[in-house]
Amino acid sequence: MASRHVRLTFSGEGIKQPLIYELGHRFQVITNIRMADVDQSTGWVVLEIEGDDQEIENCLNWAREQGVRVDDATLGDVVEG
Amino acid sequence: MSFSHALRCRECGREYPLDPIFSCEFCFGPLEVAYDYDAIREATSRDTIAAGPNTLWRYAPLLPCNPDFKVDIGTGFTPLLKADRLAKAVGVDTLWVKNDTVNPTWSFKDRVVSVAIARAREFGFDAIACASTGNLANSVAAHAAAAGMECYVFIPDDLEQGKVVGSGIYSPTLVMIEGSYDDVNRLCTEVASVRPWAFVNINVRPYYAEGSRTLGFEIAEQLGWRTPDHVVAPMASGSLFTKIWKGFQEFHKVGLIEEPKTRMSGAQATGCSPIATAYEAGTLNFVPQKPNTIARSLAIGNPADGYYALKTMQETDGGAAMVTDDEIVEGIKLLAETEGIFAETAGGVTVACLKQMVETGLVRRDEETVAVITGGGLKTIEAVQDRIAEPLRIPARVQDFDAALAAREAAPVPAGA
Repeated sequence: MASRHVRLTFSGEGIKQPLIYELGHRFQVITNIRMADVDQSTGWVVLEIEGDDQEIENCLNWAREQGVRVDDATLGDVVEG
Repeated sequence: MSFSHALRCRECGREYPLDPIFSCEFCFGPLEVAYDYDAIREATSRDTIAAGPNTLWRYAPLLPCNPDFKVDIGTGFTPLLKADRLAKAVGVDTLWVKNDTVNPTWSFKDRVVSVAIARAREFGFDAIACASTGNLANSVAAHAAAAGMECYVFIPDDLEQGKVVGSGIYSPTLVMIEGSYDDVNRLCTEVASVRPWAFVNINVRPYYAEGSRTLGFEIAEQLGWRTPDHVVAPMASGSLFTKIWKGFQEFHKVGLIEEPKTRMSGAQATGCSPIATAYEAGTLNFVPQKPNTIARSLAIGNPADGYYALKTMQETDGGAAMVTDDEIVEGIKLLAETEGIFAETAGGVTVACLKQMVETGLVRRDEETVAVITGGGLKTIEAVQDRIAEPLRIPARVQDFDAALAAREAAPVPAGA
């Protein structure tokens, strides 16, 4: 089983959506929250996602389609000026 | 020798061995080098530093690497210049410019790469790599050439020719990636996980980042072993900004200066301002942005140190500002026309934001302020090439020169007209 560590960032109406619940029910993945914070305007979650490689990719693509930003959990953008 | 003893998670505090790793296994937070400050205090004094080389290696006991592995192409200990004309133009009494344009590859990136490559060699890596749109690529390629190491530089395929040549001249393997910046980010993270290379800002990132502290060390030493009232520095990932403050704090911890009370304020371009936007909204949670600015060296839409930069502003009673592309160009010109320093767009961001911060009162007139200028202007010449005054064009006769000069003095032509 593969494992990925991602940071999901959402804002606006996305804050009210049960994102993590949806990921676990729509896709064959196991999600584990490692850090998170939500305030009135923004929310982010550092998530460990376990499952088949393709299924993890499918669930992250679905998250992106919902307007959620998906990044590596720690690095941020690695392309530097 | 190095007085670093562990990597420590910035979030949960767990410690790890000094390996080429960057992320906490428990909470996935970023790792940072932890030092034995008591031992550094014993090994270091103002005199021993002053007796060191005129490069960042004068601070070797404070760096996370064995200096025996250093690749020294003359980085650091750049000028700290009193900027009276710029001070008058922006409205402060006392202003200094920390001029990192004069580093070997003309940007502050030489600092972080110097440290990264030393540590990489100490780890036994044969190859060094990075993903970059300019300054980092230039520096990594140059240092790798000087060290005789293999080098892989990943760049977007729409990079300006000058920047491609600025890296290619050192003969690394240049890899142009067809795709978006997100694609480049993703690919490089994947390659870094499978290739036995030192990716300077991925697997050796905790060591790489430490090089920026030398800016803080130098500012304090060059001011006469004290810190200024205010520092204004540009923010891309936010790392340089946080590390300058850390440098001041560490100088105090090892007994070299009094406790710093510097206010730290950060500068961004409006077209890529996740940190400044979060500051204005009064939150520590930034929302990543898609960069759209001429300040490409600051175009990091998801800044890994964004949260820590906001914490630093909060802790030091500093702040942030953002400026438009037009204001950036005006900032470049103002610095050039007042102090004779030609900075790249990041420098324009810093100067323009400083001007705005004085206007809003974030920077007070009576604060002794340091503006950090991180890269040279020839790197981003496209940003200003249409904004200089048209030269006088004359036949080779004295009377034509006299006439042209008189006409220009009678009716000056605005720059960019």
